[in-house]
Amino acid sequence: MNTRVDPGLTKPEGAVAPAAWRSLLLQHPLLRPAAALLVLLVLDALLVPGFFRLEIKDGHLYGPLVDILNRAAPLMLAALGMTLVIATRGIDISVGAVVALSGTVAAMLIGGTMVVNNGVPEYVANTPMGTALAAAFGVALLCGLWNGVLVAGIKLQPIVATLILMVAGRGLAQLLTDGQIVTVYYQPYFFLGSGYLFGLPFALYVVAAVLAATLLLVKKTALGLFIQAVGINPVAARLAGLRTATLIVFVYVFCSACAGLAGLLVTSNIKSADANNAGLLLELDAILAVTLGGTSLAGGKFSLAGSMIGALIIQTLTWTIYSLGVPPEVNMVVKAVVVFIVCISQSGEFRALLKRRSA
Amino acid sequence: MTALSGSTQPVLEVTGIHKQFPGVKALADAGLRLYPGEVHTLMGQNGAGKSTLIKVLTGVYQPDGGSIVLDGQAIRPRSTQEAQALGISTVYQEVNLCPNLSVAENIFIGRYPRRFGMVDWRAMRRQAAELLQRLQVGIDVGKPLATYPLAIQQMVAIARALHTDARVLILDEPTSSLDEAEVQTLFGVLRRLRAEGMAILFVTHFLEQTYAISDRITVMRNGEREGEYACAGLSRLALVNKMIGAPADADEDGTEAQAGEEREQGEVFLRARGIARKGALQPVDLALHRGELLGLAGLLGSGRTETARLLFGADRADAGSVEVEGRRVRLANPRDAIAQGIGFCSEDRKHEGAILPLSVRENMILALQARQGIWRAIPMRRQQQLASDYVKWLGIKTASIETPIGSLSGGNQQKVLLARWLATEPGLLILDEPTRGIDVRAKQEIMDYVSALCRKGMSILFISSELPEVLRVSDRMLVMRDRQACGAYRRGELDETSVLGAIAGESAGEGNKDTAKDTAKEGA
Repeated sequence: MNTRVDPGLTKPEGAVAPAAWRSLLLQHPLLRPAAALLVLLVLDALLVPGFFRLEIKDGHLYGPLVDILNRAAPLMLAALGMTLVIATRGIDISVGAVVALSGTVAAMLIGGTMVVNNGVPEYVANTPMGTALAAAFGVALLCGLWNGVLVAGIKLQPIVATLILMVAGRGLAQLLTDGQIVTVYYQPYFFLGSGYLFGLPFALYVVAAVLAATLLLVKKTALGLFIQAVGINPVAARLAGLRTATLIVFVYVFCSACAGLAGLLVTSNIKSADANNAGLLLELDAILAVTLGGTSLAGGKFSLAGSMIGALIIQTLTWTIYSLGVPPEVNMVVKAVVVFIVCISQSGEFRALLKRRSA
Repeated sequence: MTALSGSTQPVLEVTGIHKQFPGVKALADAGLRLYPGEVHTLMGQNGAGKSTLIKVLTGVYQPDGGSIVLDGQAIRPRSTQEAQALGISTVYQEVNLCPNLSVAENIFIGRYPRRFGMVDWRAMRRQAAELLQRLQVGIDVGKPLATYPLAIQQMVAIARALHTDARVLILDEPTSSLDEAEVQTLFGVLRRLRAEGMAILFVTHFLEQTYAISDRITVMRNGEREGEYACAGLSRLALVNKMIGAPADADEDGTEAQAGEEREQGEVFLRARGIARKGALQPVDLALHRGELLGLAGLLGSGRTETARLLFGADRADAGSVEVEGRRVRLANPRDAIAQGIGFCSEDRKHEGAILPLSVRENMILALQARQGIWRAIPMRRQQQLASDYVKWLGIKTASIETPIGSLSGGNQQKVLLARWLATEPGLLILDEPTRGIDVRAKQEIMDYVSALCRKGMSILFISSELPEVLRVSDRMLVMRDRQACGAYRRGELDETSVLGAIAGESAGEGNKDTAKDTAKEGA
């Protein structure tokens, strides 16, 4: 139990009775999403034999849990960016398009040509990988800037503003690739999405790094406070001296940057860029993850940890459905049902209704 | 009084209401009696429980105990709709209507008259016009609500409340955003409704208005009913006394003597020359000295708030120049103004000031943090220190500094916003209606702090609709009318009649115009 008491400052948590602790814990905003994830995991443990089994093959950790985490990586990245956008009372539905665009740029620049060195065939990148990655990431940043300027500068409604890029971004990616799948033949690039470091998938380190950086940014600077203020009451925030427009541009750039990274993970993982399908509907899953994590679409208070749990709920659900051999057509419906249950359990109105019924 | 003689049976009798919120006892043994055909004023300081009691009556809150009897029937409304169906209609302080819908739609929202299963627009317009006619408001009910001034919107809200065959009409501070003439119109409407036998419960902070309209007064203090009085038999002094529960020397005379002292004045802090904005403000000159309190008087829409917004960069001036401490500055946005040491408490606390779900602490440090920039976060210790210091100094009533500001009473929210600007240690603080909608005690306290700040050398631009308040504290005063300055007065020249004349645009004010210009320029 946390017994930290600052001398000279009376912290309300300092002296609470066990009963109060329990109610504090029960009121914790992460309780519901965490419980939902736990229920899913328990169900999996019952339904899927060896669900919690972890084994080490060739020095790599394998197992369903690792698999879920690994596959959830792009969604977790997208959900991180989406959380900040939603906290400013905005929304970004161009995430999937940015995933496709950045993945395509990277895949096309790297490509891979076979050269024979001393009789050994070897693939080399068309463009140095660093340049290619930077270019892809840069494209993502530009996408974010575009969204941000449309929302904060021209004051388009966020859903309309990002709808433009949602259509245009994927269209551009398809134009670049002539609608063909671009295959990558350059080995080092695969490390990003399917490589292992210290026994764990490299993608997890990417997510962990971005999450840590975001948390630092939000907690150690005034960014978190400012984003909430702008999301709750933009007029009051401006009058208090905040650069509201700059903040809004920033969150869209950040969201696209996350989407761009996710695009790199996706193309690297499947060793090709599929402009038609990469990141398709990822924005909806990201919005869902944010909502499941307890952040309100009305803006204001947000929870990065909640969004991560939300992303894991979605990925665990998908994994479960596939591993149980449920036909993929059913997938969407099952997902919708679970999401419905989680969302309704978070609704204050619904809880009040239950209370009234039982009273 | 008419009410007492007209009917012996109260239409609404509320007794022994208790309501406990986490950590706060909001109501303890609260009650009131309301007779048909009377205007009954509910008075009390902020936090006395007026709003809570009304919310209990209108079904927003469920009381923990007590009884509500309407027409001899015990009721316990569980929602505003239920209360309305029972005949208790309420008009809230903040107009709760949809600005982009038409006036008629606003009146009938949720209960459109129907014909063949479709909305009968024509019947709706006709009935809306009839209802408003009853209030003697002749406006085009087809136009969007937002095209009308706040006072008309208030009338629309009343019309909406009346539509439901109300027996009891509750008005929660309906006058806080109305000017004098509009208040008179509202009172006319109330008198007519009273004559029709309506029981009207009126909540206000304005003593004048209470005496102008009320038959009886119920005073609340600390969540309890302090007493019920016939208006005619209660002196103002006695009323204030009962509200604050203090000896009578906290009355107006005491404050006058206190504020009457001449303040030491320094050099010019800010000088504006011909600042103007198309459609909002004609060119205005003004100068503010260090340690000076400049009052800005005038009716709503006279250009008071517009002047303040230009000085703060909230709106951009399209003509004129501003100097701060002799240097010409650009005030293109609030950031520029804050960087020059200017702070601004907006008149619209809810929409332009408080960030409701955020805590008292976060609301207090926001402007300071904004000035420091995003990277130099104020350490948590320092934030807590600042917040608890201001809570102590300003006497803010809050459970803790982490309580959301939205759960504080209006006066305490205002103090938090005051603290937000004090934390930036401004050279000039612009206060636009800082005492609107808050109770006598908090008003007095805020005026005391303002005087203290002036003595410490801060310049203050003070805007208030309550003329006596401005007169009492101002060193100089600028009167505005029709979007321009129309008179200026120095301390000593300040007397209510001539200022009123200037505000209203009567000949006395016009005559003063020349001397006024001179006084305004004298800052130069």
